[in-house]
Amino acid sequence: MSRANAGQPGHFHEVIDCQLACPAHTPVPEYLRLIAAGRYADSYMINWYSNVFPGILGRVCDRPCEPACRRGRVDEEPVAICRMKRVAADLKGDIRAQLPTASTPGNGKKIACIGAGPASLTVARDLALEGYQVTVFDGGKQAGGMMRSQIPKFRLPDSVIDEECGYVADLGVEIVLDRWIDSLGAFRAEGWDAVFVGTGAPRGRDADLPGRHEAAENIHVGIDWLSNLAFGHIDSVGKRVIVLGGGNTAMDCCRSARRLGAEDVRVIVRSGFDEMKASPWEKEEALHEGIVIQNCMVPMEFVHDKGKLTGVVFEHVEVQFDAKGKRALVPTGRMETVGCDQVLIAIGQENSFTWIERDIGLEFDKWGMPALNEKTLQSSIPNIFFGGDAALGPKNIITAVAQGHEAAISIDLFLQGKDVVADRPGDMVTLASQKMGIHEWAYDNAISEEDRQKVPMRDLEIALKDVRLELELGFDVKKACAEAERCLNCDMATVFTPQTCIECDSCVDICPTECITFTDDGEEDDLRGRLKAPAPNHDQPLYVADGLKTGRVMVKDENLCLHCGLCSERCPTNAWDMQKVDWLVAHAGA
Amino acid sequence: MTYLAKPRLLADVQPKNALGFTRRDYEGAISTLCAGCGHDSTSAAIVQACFELDIEPHRVAKLSGIGCSSKTPDYFLGASHGFNSVHGRMPSVATGAALANRDLTYLGVSGDGDSASIGIGQFAHAMRRGVNMAYIVENNGVYGLTKGQFSATADKGSKSKKGVLNADSPIDLVALALQLGATYVARSFSGDKDQLVPLIKGALRHKGPAFIDVLSPCVTFNNHAGSTKSYDYVREHNEAVNRIEVIMARNAIEASYAPGSLRRVVQHDGSVLMLRKLGLDYDPTDRIGAMNHLHERNALGEIVTGLLYVDESAEDLHRHLNTVETPLNQLDDAELCPGNDLLQALNASLR
Ligand SMILES: Cc1cc2nc3c(=O)[nH]c(=O)nc-3n(C[C@H](O)[C@H](O)[C@H](O)COP(=O)(O)OP(=O)(O)OC[C@H]3O[C@@H](n4cnc5c(N)ncnc54)[C@H](O)[C@@H]3O)c2cc1C
Ligand SMILES: Cc1ncc(C[n+]2csc(CCOP(=O)(O)OP(=O)(O)O)c2C)c(N)n1
Ligand code: SF4
Ligand code: SF4
Ligand code: SF4
Ligand SMILES: [Mg+2]
Repeated sequence: MSRANAGQPGHFHEVIDCQLACPAHTPVPEYLRLIAAGRYADSYMINWYSNVFPGILGRVCDRPCEPACRRGRVDEEPVAICRMKRVAADLKGDIRAQLPTASTPGNGKKIACIGAGPASLTVARDLALEGYQVTVFDGGKQAGGMMRSQIPKFRLPDSVIDEECGYVADLGVEIVLDRWIDSLGAFRAEGWDAVFVGTGAPRGRDADLPGRHEAAENIHVGIDWLSNLAFGHIDSVGKRVIVLGGGNTAMDCCRSARRLGAEDVRVIVRSGFDEMKASPWEKEEALHEGIVIQNCMVPMEFVHDKGKLTGVVFEHVEVQFDAKGKRALVPTGRMETVGCDQVLIAIGQENSFTWIERDIGLEFDKWGMPALNEKTLQSSIPNIFFGGDAALGPKNIITAVAQGHEAAISIDLFLQGKDVVADRPGDMVTLASQKMGIHEWAYDNAISEEDRQKVPMRDLEIALKDVRLELELGFDVKKACAEAERCLNCDMATVFTPQTCIECDSCVDICPTECITFTDDGEEDDLRGRLKAPAPNHDQPLYVADGLKTGRVMVKDENLCLHCGLCSERCPTNAWDMQKVDWLVAHAGA
Repeated sequence: MTYLAKPRLLADVQPKNALGFTRRDYEGAISTLCAGCGHDSTSAAIVQACFELDIEPHRVAKLSGIGCSSKTPDYFLGASHGFNSVHGRMPSVATGAALANRDLTYLGVSGDGDSASIGIGQFAHAMRRGVNMAYIVENNGVYGLTKGQFSATADKGSKSKKGVLNADSPIDLVALALQLGATYVARSFSGDKDQLVPLIKGALRHKGPAFIDVLSPCVTFNNHAGSTKSYDYVREHNEAVNRIEVIMARNAIEASYAPGSLRRVVQHDGSVLMLRKLGLDYDPTDRIGAMNHLHERNALGEIVTGLLYVDESAEDLHRHLNTVETPLNQLDDAELCPGNDLLQALNASLR
């Protein structure tokens, strides 16, 4: 099979599952090792460069890295990658001396970011470091965007948001609050060299059902209700609350309602339990807090007594899958009325660009979204860029950060007169041997057999009394080290040199997961079927090398490699070496 | 040298055999041999063979002498019985054990020094007495453990690591085994598990003295140019006479080969050896032919490998001695001692 990438950095960086899955490509194994070494500030800084908000993300990230984590394929659960960021943030001490300062003198170019959410703040940080003068505008009273206005304080305290938004402001970024931009046309005329739009997806979808208007007093759109709660405008809720919807917003609504004193909180969802959009851990938390989740029920009508809400009528549906596996919710005709005092609607979030005139040359697509190049995030007006939820629809913080980095690169290239596509900087990937001596490596190659550590929580009885009291307490040092040791160091690449191999089979015999095979060459599908342990996971690459004396090829299935280095320890000729892959994705100015 | 222990598997991802064991369940302690030693590959082949044969580890006794090769039983079948004897004396311990309990599977692992130098007499008698065992010699042409002196199997003219030529004639253990009455005789190479694993399986299922000479390079003291037991030399001169596949009696025979190219040998326990000829017309049931072929090819500098000889109607020591079916160690005093009356009668008959 093709060996275009064999032994090349382009192969090995794909093996770092967590880093590859992280939209901002945070070097996860490296920061975990630094935590194990007690170097919390260094671990924080690595995160800060990649994702700007380690303390925030260490509490609330959607963590796409964890389902990707190799440990999840060889053990019951992946490494608790997300909560380890919080460890670095909690234990780092004062890092201000380690933070970079804005490049001075500046380059004189002025950038405006609209919206002070994670996307804008990332653009601001990256460009301030390159000497741009950045001003961030937000209609709200505090920086942070939805991290501030939506995510409940019991998951993410204000102090963490203050600190990390503060580090951006400390770079000389001006954050102008309480200024709502109501006309992009007029705003452009203020003479910015470039404008970044990071205004999020601020509108919650409503449920336009009979009774909605009559009972409006006790029916709220979830994200409006959450932001009212975040800013202290709400301090009570009905005794019986129904939350409509099955995503993370629904989870935040129901858990907040519980803390405000609701006794009977039900999340009622159209889909089945497994198809709900909420992260598994969010559902688990909700159930743990005594919230009832009811599935396969579609709301039909709000029932009220002269405007006072008394319940919601639902129709039961059946989940059916057609031959192509496409899901359909088939009505059964069975109706049920569920009594309640209040309803929170959390059935979706939408963009809203009412403040952008349609005649200033900015093109929109048929769904009302700005027409963008998805990689460069440049709009049809060359000096206007988008990012975060405003660009490609609502996602999450880490995606907003990743898009912020990309937009910052584009802005920087554009203002230097370069091509935002052709001149984009590439990633840096370097390999360095970790050999220190016979069977001695610069990393700890022993494989921990510990189970995933549980994050310590505040006593539930106390936690449920205060909607602003942080629930999780974070790992202590001992738990953090145990968790760091669970990492399989997937950035420690197994690099093979066929010229020195004597085909003694020692590596094949020692490999605990049987991922190495010496065999006759063939096409990938054929090879996958006749390895020592068959390799059915096509998402993971095969590492194939020729140039052996017998004319066979070495095939390594990367899927289950533990990066234990035993192949290398057993090799008499050092044909295997463990080399650290440093994969740094480009940021503005690279 | 200390090695990291092979990590325990964290998840249930490995195939299991009929007994529910994984390959890892047939492993032993972590090997302390040199990285790249052929003996470790041979151990891995033994693990694989026992896994595939669904062998119950506690029904196996592994026996060895002294040497790097003789250390290896510590590195496989960690749940089996074991005896590490004095240098060269494994065969007599195996003979005694096999006499006492005929129900276990006996696996002797030895070296060329252990079996061809100090233990040559012991080797010879185990073969001619027909001890029911699989006898594996991990042959590297040197005394690895004592730092690489030539052993009795080193070829004349072979060069030591320091450059000294060996002047003595070699002992060919395969030729000796054929001559002394072994009923299953094979040669293989640690670097060719496709060939080695089935040969070990066949030997473990054979009822009678089964001998395998495994060329198993000493990567530290005998893997240089000028050695005739190095990885490169063995690969270049290897001439396999056949390939075998061992099919258990209970499994249907599905292998499809071109007619005439396949030979079926049924062993005493019902297991079937499917022998695929490679080119020449080799008859593995012809002992004299095997000996001739071996000597002819040897003279041409070839290393003949494969299943060289198998006797379908093999017999073992217990058959020769006409012992009872019950293992001797399970017979009690009443069964073993005929009593005074019988003794008196016997004595009287001899007076
Ligand atoms: C209830 C809820 C819970 C969530 N929980 C999580 C979570 O746990 N983890 C996670 O990763 N993500 C979560 N998200 C999603 C996450 O908050 C967003 O994806 C992310 O904040 C998007 O960042 P952004 O920078 O694109 O925009 P936002 O964070 O939406 O920021 C946009 C900012 O722009 C301002 N703005 C908008 N228009 C204008 C204008 N015209 N003039 C001036 N200012 C303007 C807004 O006031 C806002 O402050 C959650 C979302 C919701 C609704
Ligand atoms: C009675 C006796 N004599 C000599 C020795 C020293 N000795 C230990 S191992 C060995 C040779 C082993 O050679 P071999 O069986 O080929 O094993 P290898 O290490 O090559 O695998 C010798 C001579 C000994 N242990 N006992
Ligand atoms: S590092 Fe080597 S021995 Fe360890 S699992 Fe990976 S390939 Fe196997
Ligand atoms: S241990 Fe080294 S020399 Fe031996 S087969 Fe593996 S890579 Fe080749
Ligand atoms: S000295 Fe030779 S025989 Fe002994 S362990 Fe090392 S390589 Fe193997
Ligand atoms: Mg030897």
